[in-house]
Amino acid sequence: MGYSNFLLLKEELSLVAIIILLIVYDLFGSQKKQQYIHPVACVLFLLHTLLNFFPPEACEAFGGMYACSPMGSIVKTILNIGTLLILLQARNWVNSESVIIRRGEFYTILLCTLLGMYFMISANNFLLFFIGLEATSIPMAILSAYDKYKHQSAEAGAKFILSATFASGLSLYGISLIYGTVGTLYFADIPAGIDGSPLQIMAFGFFVVGLFFKISLVPFHQWTADVYEGAPTTATSYFSVISKGAAAFVLMSLLFKVFGNLIIEWQAIFYAVIIATITLANLSAIRQQNLKRFLAYSSISQAGYIMLGVISGSAAGMTSLVYYILVYMVSNLAAFGVIAIIEYRTGKIDIRDYNGLYTTNPRLSVVMMLALFSLAGIPPFAGFFSKFFIFAAAAQQGFYVLVFIALLNTIISLYYYLLVVKAMFIEKSETPVAPIRSDSYTRISLIACTIGILVLGLLSGIYEHIGLFSFGI
Amino acid sequence: MEYTLLILLLPMLTFLLLGLFGMKLRPAIAGGIGTLSLALTTLLAYTTAGYYFSSPRIGGVLPKLLPINFEWLRFTDALHIDLGILLDPISVMMLVVITTVSLMVHIYSLGYMKGERGFQRYYAFLSLFTFSMLGLVVAPNIFQMYIFWELVGVSSYLLIGFYYTRPAAIAASKKAFIVTRFADLGFLLGILLLSYFTETFSFEALTSGNSAVFSAAAGVTFLGASVMSWALALIFIGGAGKSAMFPLHIWLPDAMEGPTPVSALIHAATMVVAGVFLVARLFPLYVLAAPEVLVGIGYVGAFTSLYAAIVACVQTDIKRVLAFSTISQIGFMMVALGVSGIGGHEGLGYMASMFHLFTHAMFKALLFLGAGAIIHTIGSNEMSRMGGLRKYMPYTHITFLVACLAIAGIPPLSGFFSKDEILAATFAFAPQMGVFMSFTAGLTAFYMFRLYYNIFWGIPAKFEHTPHEAPKTMIIPLMILALITLFAGFIPFGHFVSSNGQPYTIHLDRTVAICSVAIALIAISIATFFYKSSCDIPDRLVNMYPRLHRAACHRFYIDEFYLFITKRIIFRCISHPIAWFDRHVIDGTLNGIASMTQRFSYAIRGFQSGQIQQYAFVFLLGTLLIVLLMVLI
Repeated sequence: MGYSNFLLLKEELSLVAIIILLIVYDLFGSQKKQQYIHPVACVLFLLHTLLNFFPPEACEAFGGMYACSPMGSIVKTILNIGTLLILLQARNWVNSESVIIRRGEFYTILLCTLLGMYFMISANNFLLFFIGLEATSIPMAILSAYDKYKHQSAEAGAKFILSATFASGLSLYGISLIYGTVGTLYFADIPAGIDGSPLQIMAFGFFVVGLFFKISLVPFHQWTADVYEGAPTTATSYFSVISKGAAAFVLMSLLFKVFGNLIIEWQAIFYAVIIATITLANLSAIRQQNLKRFLAYSSISQAGYIMLGVISGSAAGMTSLVYYILVYMVSNLAAFGVIAIIEYRTGKIDIRDYNGLYTTNPRLSVVMMLALFSLAGIPPFAGFFSKFFIFAAAAQQGFYVLVFIALLNTIISLYYYLLVVKAMFIEKSETPVAPIRSDSYTRISLIACTIGILVLGLLSGIYEHIGLFSFGI
Repeated sequence: MEYTLLILLLPMLTFLLLGLFGMKLRPAIAGGIGTLSLALTTLLAYTTAGYYFSSPRIGGVLPKLLPINFEWLRFTDALHIDLGILLDPISVMMLVVITTVSLMVHIYSLGYMKGERGFQRYYAFLSLFTFSMLGLVVAPNIFQMYIFWELVGVSSYLLIGFYYTRPAAIAASKKAFIVTRFADLGFLLGILLLSYFTETFSFEALTSGNSAVFSAAAGVTFLGASVMSWALALIFIGGAGKSAMFPLHIWLPDAMEGPTPVSALIHAATMVVAGVFLVARLFPLYVLAAPEVLVGIGYVGAFTSLYAAIVACVQTDIKRVLAFSTISQIGFMMVALGVSGIGGHEGLGYMASMFHLFTHAMFKALLFLGAGAIIHTIGSNEMSRMGGLRKYMPYTHITFLVACLAIAGIPPLSGFFSKDEILAATFAFAPQMGVFMSFTAGLTAFYMFRLYYNIFWGIPAKFEHTPHEAPKTMIIPLMILALITLFAGFIPFGHFVSSNGQPYTIHLDRTVAICSVAIALIAISIATFFYKSSCDIPDRLVNMYPRLHRAACHRFYIDEFYLFITKRIIFRCISHPIAWFDRHVIDGTLNGIASMTQRFSYAIRGFQSGQIQQYAFVFLLGTLLIVLLMVLI
């Protein structure tokens, strides 16, 4: 084994370099220089994103433990863009009074979770995969408890770490059983040993719920609303798009690559889980008053839609899933960006606080409206196209009833998304949110998201580019 | 000949200019732009006509020219929609008719519409109409014709409803639009059938006289009629709608709610003859593929002309009289087409129909514009408010008289020649038909002179202010049209337009000519006797046949019949139940689903307790269920 193997980990290495640089900057930078940590982090991360923008050739390293693939690299780039948007939006919060003394750690912890996801995506062995999973989970618990003097934030952290431990435990148990029946942890060798015995199926079941937990599918979703509500909004938006997107992609590639033999079994459970997820999440979202809880349920139902790409088991499913993650990311981050800025400036987070928002903050209202329209899947915004492709992928494989149920659910989702739009544009309020001037970082991020919402659906090249590297079972 | 494109472009650009920026222009300037642009168009049309009719003939036939033609929509290799310009005798003739009448109307309106609100809009719409009508006549294929056909319908709708603050005008414009649109459905179906079986839209291919074009349709029948008969009959329905043939004529009398110059342009001279033009355009196809439909067209035309002539005898609104007279005269043109064949003397009807279209356009526009001058000064359409106007309006009087004599068929005015040819053609087809049409021609002379005497002679009404002659801008068009009416009969029309393209020399059938002139003179004498001065015979006649008179006044209850069908049968028996079903069953179901969703949403509230122990329990339960499910499969 030569050290040249490390060079193949280009993406991970450049991320680690940033993390170390930021730690050093945080530790040894003078008080005056500390205030520049946010721009420095953003610029460094932007460089990292650009550096790894073009997908590399497929390769293997460390005797097959690690595998890089063009598709994985595309997903990493999507995650990078999302993380960059979140970093831009985070400025208000990291400079707020209670966080400012700990702000340097925020970047390190955030990027560590991302590093974990990188390893999950590129892992070619269950051991590396599990390390990636844990490297993602534990910093995330810290993030959700970052406002530790706030009761809710601390509670969110506790709930997250307990639930995550529980899920990881089950997952690890599943992995050990797989190892026991197949005798290897390498992804490439496992399919040959899968014979569909009940023990293996049980092992698979235990393993897979760990990822279900991360994607927050029903019935493994209950932590979501509490954590999303309690965690700082920046952390919440990170959970809802980056962590969820990575986990969804990882789940899909595992199912395709490793558990392709069990497709009959997992398609059946996905069928049930998707229906339960979308329906229950939508019904719960209807009566939410707190916008963060509202978006928590919305993100659960979106996760259900994303799983439509998985259940199809085809290359089209993979393309549409990755595309869906991209579109969902810009839409959700636009919504969270607006919520975050309003929350930090006014502390208001309920839907009824948004009454009459349009009269005082027309631009924020329009961005929020576009984001919600895109989430609901109204043409010509990007969300319509992503939904269309993912429905088409499922329908191609004959899941007509499932697609029909999902379509019915989009009507329900349209209702609750429009509730927010109605509050902003139609409802009158005695005390609307005062006019807000957002900082330039947030503004750049919101503009980028809005452009994404408007053009991602219309640029067919993106979907086709993703499609070049997709594979099915 | 590429410059012919300008004939279409000029009015369209004028429409865009006046439509977009008209409100920023002063009315006089907007009117000036519209008129000037149309004068240029007219000049171009005349140049085209001069050039075309003097171009060398090939085998004695004027060539069909396609100066512009490009493929627009491609369906299959064979079937594609082109856009272009087709010049042949009838399209060039129509170019002359349309631009002439339109120019007269443009000039006339400068005086007539002066001071009206929306003057600029009026000129914009006039330009739009002229553009559409010109595009219709030069269309080289039936699909382009259909596009412009609809545009003509829209611009007619806009112009009828020009006084949009008057409920009657709004109702009339809607009626015109709906009735013609309904008929256009037939047209469209006909086009689809025709193009499906012949695989072409092009008039050139359809009317080449080559029966191989519709060989695919041979043997295909539906309800006992061949598919070509169906297609051509459906196309005729579209034409009947625009040309106000019975029973689709009901919109035309109401369309008189529009400004009077508009009635002269659209509802007398140009748009209403579009149906005649359509049949003439497809004439060889009718003769070859569906002669029985052509005969049917003749009968429809004959009945319409008699029906409208009878109704015209009792109307008291002068514009309505003219409207029914128009319907009746278009009936004459249809009859002439219906009885015609192709070639030589056989094709007399076709030539006569086109000739009558030409002369009628001129003298009917003259009549309408004259009526406009009268209405302009009196401020009413009712005959009872007029009488004795000849002293006050000498020019209008003379020109109106010329037109009345022309439509009555008195030589040597233009109407005599064209009508005489039509009668000759009908006699050649069947003597009964000839007698029938001669009687209608007599009625025409009668009601026209009833109108003339009631306006200019009779008992002078009490005027609120002394009537005065119309301004020069209105008189000059009247004079020009009167001159045309006087001399157009001497145009060797058959030399230019005939059924097979070969020059045809018009020679009068002496018997028919003498008879028809005699009938006209008798009818005029009766009208003179009845209406020139006070006379109680008309009232006595009304008292003798009260029911007939009332029925005629009510246009034989055709409108009432339509209202009965739509309101009582369609609305009450079909629309109301559907509306009820929609409101109660469909909306009710959806509202029920929505409220169920809400209730369910509240029912599952307890699921989310906030306790982590319960979450873990559900988690584990879910895992076990999943494992169980998978193992069982």
